[in-house]
Amino acid sequence: MSDPREIALVVNDVRHARVVESRVNLADFLRHELGLFGTHVGCEHGVCGACTVLVDGASVRSCLMLAVQAGGKNVETIEGVAAADGASHPVQAALAKHHGLQCGYCTPGVVMTLIELGRENIGKPLGEAEIRHALSGNLCRCTGYQGIVDAGLDVFGAPADKGSET
Amino acid sequence: MKAPPFKYHAPRALAEALDMTAGLDNARALAGGQSLMPLLNLRMAAPDHLIDLGNIAELRGVFEDGARFHIGAMTTQRDIEKSAPIAGLCPLLAQAIHHVGHQQTRNRGTIGGSLCHSDPGAELPVAAMALDAELVVAGPRGERAVAFRDFPSGYLSVSLEPGELLTRVSFPKAGPREGSAFLEFNLRPADFAVVSVAARVALDEAGHIAHASIAVGGVQAAPIRLLEAENALRGHAPSREAFEAAARAAAEIDCDGDDVHPADFRSELCGVLTRRALTQAATRAAGSRHV
Repeated sequence: MSDPREIALVVNDVRHARVVESRVNLADFLRHELGLFGTHVGCEHGVCGACTVLVDGASVRSCLMLAVQAGGKNVETIEGVAAADGASHPVQAALAKHHGLQCGYCTPGVVMTLIELGRENIGKPLGEAEIRHALSGNLCRCTGYQGIVDAGLDVFGAPADKGSET
Repeated sequence: MKAPPFKYHAPRALAEALDMTAGLDNARALAGGQSLMPLLNLRMAAPDHLIDLGNIAELRGVFEDGARFHIGAMTTQRDIEKSAPIAGLCPLLAQAIHHVGHQQTRNRGTIGGSLCHSDPGAELPVAAMALDAELVVAGPRGERAVAFRDFPSGYLSVSLEPGELLTRVSFPKAGPREGSAFLEFNLRPADFAVVSVAARVALDEAGHIAHASIAVGGVQAAPIRLLEAENALRGHAPSREAFEAAARAAAEIDCDGDDVHPADFRSELCGVLTRRALTQAATRAAGSRHV
């Protein structure tokens, strides 16, 4: 191992301490060191958004952050979003309801992006334009986005925009 | 692909970072990583040492000082986007940041990183050019001030000497009766700009143009200021004819082109976006209650 580093971080409320090679990015660390394969790696250069996770509450592309930079941080991944009893997060449930996923490769990144959007706008209903703007950094090659946007509106939209069956 | 091996350094003070920058061979400074990390993953960059500036508190933050305000080089684009003082003091910067990348990249990307990477399609260098930004660069012989217009030195290159780091950027506060606009054309929202235009218009008490500045990005290695067109606007009432003249000057920029967006298409965009940006900026200046 070239340039090993000791790091300790919290992932989905669990503290981990590991020795990592400094060149390993956070996405590969989550997948290969912690076995959290829900964070997907698409392009590995910051374009696709599939590897989006939250670091100290802020969405980041985990392929563009070194694992060593996550030392001391609080990381949230798709594995941590469901309720303790296994019930899906409202964003996950809405994506399923609105056909907001097909192959599912981009979905973990989409969910983390939408969760950040919701947290930053608690009590403020969001419109389609705001949801599309937030999703601009997540590429989906299956759905054409409409189902994802519908899911976002279902969870975060004004009452009139909610619950439309598509 | 995966990044090549390097030795990682995480200095906690600027002095320590400068010692490393000056003392280590083949070292690269890592700001927010939203450009350098892709280059590492694609193995287009292979430094022996990576000096992470992310733990240096003195390089972050926004502070006011008379007619200007200063932004630490490691201040994230997201912090600038959310900054109420910047939205009020310098609307052009706030307008430009809206076009920079995605929230996932703005959360980590920094103003200093963007200005030093100097991507021709990036927005912050265009805003910095229109705003006459001043940079502070620290190095082995202390600090020096650099006007942003002298900073780009070629394609993806800036005039930092070996051992130097950009530490902060300063911008003028918007004056009374001043308006601005930042417009760009791209194929998808949040992509790099094919062409972007930043415009500022300040009106005098009679409603004539006291000062205008126009910067155009995406056309050559570095943003271009249209100084002659700016001077020609001075003293005129804001009008379609006046802004058409500036637009014609913008359309004459000798643009670099590619197969997707050839040079003549970019020239057309330069003209259209310049006219629209000046019109919006002048409208905002006329409606400004900022005294």
